[in-house]
Amino acid sequence: MLLYDVELASPLMLGTAQYPSPAILAAAVQASGAEVVTVSLRREAGGTQAGQAFWSIIRDLGTRVLPNTAGCRTVKEAVTTAHMAREMFGTPWVKLELIGEEDTLQPDVFGLVDAARILTEEGFQVFPYTTEDLVVAERLLAAGCRVLMPWGAPIGSGRGLNNVLGLRMLRAHFPDVALVVDAGIGLPSHAAAAMELGFDAVLLNTAVAKAGDPVGMAKAFALAVEAGRLARHAIPMEPREIASPSTPVLGRAMLT
Amino acid sequence: MRIILNGEEREIEERILSRTLCELEFGDAVVATAVNERFVPAAQRSAIALNDGDRLEVLAPMQGG
Repeated sequence: MLLYDVELASPLMLGTAQYPSPAILAAAVQASGAEVVTVSLRREAGGTQAGQAFWSIIRDLGTRVLPNTAGCRTVKEAVTTAHMAREMFGTPWVKLELIGEEDTLQPDVFGLVDAARILTEEGFQVFPYTTEDLVVAERLLAAGCRVLMPWGAPIGSGRGLNNVLGLRMLRAHFPDVALVVDAGIGLPSHAAAAMELGFDAVLLNTAVAKAGDPVGMAKAFALAVEAGRLARHAIPMEPREIASPSTPVLGRAMLT
Repeated sequence: MRIILNGEEREIEERILSRTLCELEFGDAVVATAVNERFVPAAQRSAIALNDGDRLEVLAPMQGG
């Protein structure tokens, strides 16, 4: 999988929030095989160094980091956050999140396109958190994005792929663009389904962090994305409306 | 001088941002800064003087999804 010319073996990208402990976070990332983890920026109190301890754990993981602009609601806020993230994490990558609605946390796609254009022109490599809307996808690509990250379902909902048809159309419409299902994945089967649809990767957090055994679930997701990817490459059969016997009819004994 | 640090009022002595950060015990911490909602790169901190009532944001790496 290529993301902005970076070759990655694992199609799984993992968030770093909500784990029971830093040790479980580190073990889960390791078990998942993820080569990219998402991080954010938040206010730090002088002398407490909470963020410094977290950053030390992430550096020890040896993964790439994808800073997000989580919680931003305006273009200006998202662009400024991206500037701060680029300096702090030393990467041009940014997961661009512009929230447009409180209940669904769905992206403000209008602001998203504007912010993506500004950041791309400034040399950022933008990973936009978007919907499966084809027109928005077209605008994001025109703004310079080379990766699209449509949601599967609302963030943290664990509902899986709410609009399979829309995601399939997105894949068919942009066969050469790196597509990542971001948000809403709750089970390994959801991640496998995304890979079977031909998506290049999945990005998830809560499904692993809030599992009873986050490390075990991380491993389950690693196997699921690999299964889905292998299935896609093996070209699945076409579904049928009616039954078709798999055992040969010819040569059946007459025993009645 | 009184500034707003991460949303809370704070009395500080040092006006130059790089020194303000030391005074606020950020020292060598990995942080990014913004003054009055504008990003201030680390390289410019020693050239920025804070004024009374300025809003200073000091952000650090944090968990994220």
